[in-house]
Amino acid sequence: MPQYRQFQPKPYRPEMRAYWYFDRWPYLKFILREASSIFVAWFAVVILLQLNAVISGPTAYANFQRWMATPAVFIVNVISFVFICFHAITWFMLVPRVMARQVLERPTPDLMSAAPSFGIWLVASVIVALFALRVI
Amino acid sequence: MADTIILEVARFSPERDSEITYQTFEVPLRADWMLLDALNYIKDNLDGSLTFRWSCRMGICGSCGMMVNGVPKLTCETLISEFAPGPVRIEPLEHFPVVKDLVIDMDVFLEKLQAVRPWIVRKDEGLPQREFLQTPAQLDTFHQYSLCINCMLCYAACPVFGLDPQFVGPAALALAERYNLDSRDQGASERTDVLSQHDGIWDCTVVGECSTVCPKGVDPSLAIQQYKLTATKEWFKTWLLPWGNK
Repeated sequence: MPQYRQFQPKPYRPEMRAYWYFDRWPYLKFILREASSIFVAWFAVVILLQLNAVISGPTAYANFQRWMATPAVFIVNVISFVFICFHAITWFMLVPRVMARQVLERPTPDLMSAAPSFGIWLVASVIVALFALRVI
Repeated sequence: MADTIILEVARFSPERDSEITYQTFEVPLRADWMLLDALNYIKDNLDGSLTFRWSCRMGICGSCGMMVNGVPKLTCETLISEFAPGPVRIEPLEHFPVVKDLVIDMDVFLEKLQAVRPWIVRKDEGLPQREFLQTPAQLDTFHQYSLCINCMLCYAACPVFGLDPQFVGPAALALAERYNLDSRDQGASERTDVLSQHDGIWDCTVVGECSTVCPKGVDPSLAIQQYKLTATKEWFKTWLLPWGNK
């Protein structure tokens, strides 16, 4: 710091508010995107519990299904599903930002770079749905 | 359309105040006026003590960046009529120390800018015998980053910089990438220490607002994510080819 600075009046140093992300929609969207990881973790836990129930036998699996059908868990799962979709969409939209563009001759449009991720998601979802509906 | 509009302008006097206050001014609402014209109207006609930076009036010097209704903007290219019927709140750029009224202390940015060595670094000694030729394709790789005017709007839009002032920040990182991608430059390895540290690219959480608010269409967020890719590749190279750096 230059010597003369000690004689200057002190500047005002503003501090960020604790709830700064409510100030503007882009910031809130960012925080929701970050918070969606909690719901991703929740789904991972549910899958682990499901696997444990499957391994433990028919009674345990029936108990697991009953637990999943309770209103509280059902509501949490619906909220989780919305957040996981939001997480997946925003994640896939970031893919073009971290792609090796320099490998390509020309920069590709962002949507075109993101399209394969959405495509694979769609195909995987259709296959799971067909299994769930016992079509295949 | 009304003839006048209310501006709520942030005021701070370092000798008198401990925090920012707001003063209301009624200014003419003219279709051809930018916000900077309204601020100059206040300074010329209503309160000569109002302090703010400005210079070129055509969006190239980067001096007149301010928060306009909470969004960082260059006031010389923001029409006042966009905000009719008002009021319009004008504040100094966020996340920077305020020197007086709408003037911020930009030293913190200048230090970061200097740290990334934003100039062409050559390893050959002596003056070159001829100019360095560059193809249009080589120019395209970095051209958009070279449009940065150091207006610091991206820093005001970046909550990461607000929460962690040590973050090198969007403009300095974009300008570092601008020189890293320049075919004439040989200084990428000298910038790695600053760019690849925790307070460099890895502090960025991809909020993306730096790119949204940039008045020159620069995409600092892209520069940072692209450099993350480069840094990751370099890191793997040091493991797979440890003799490569010797």
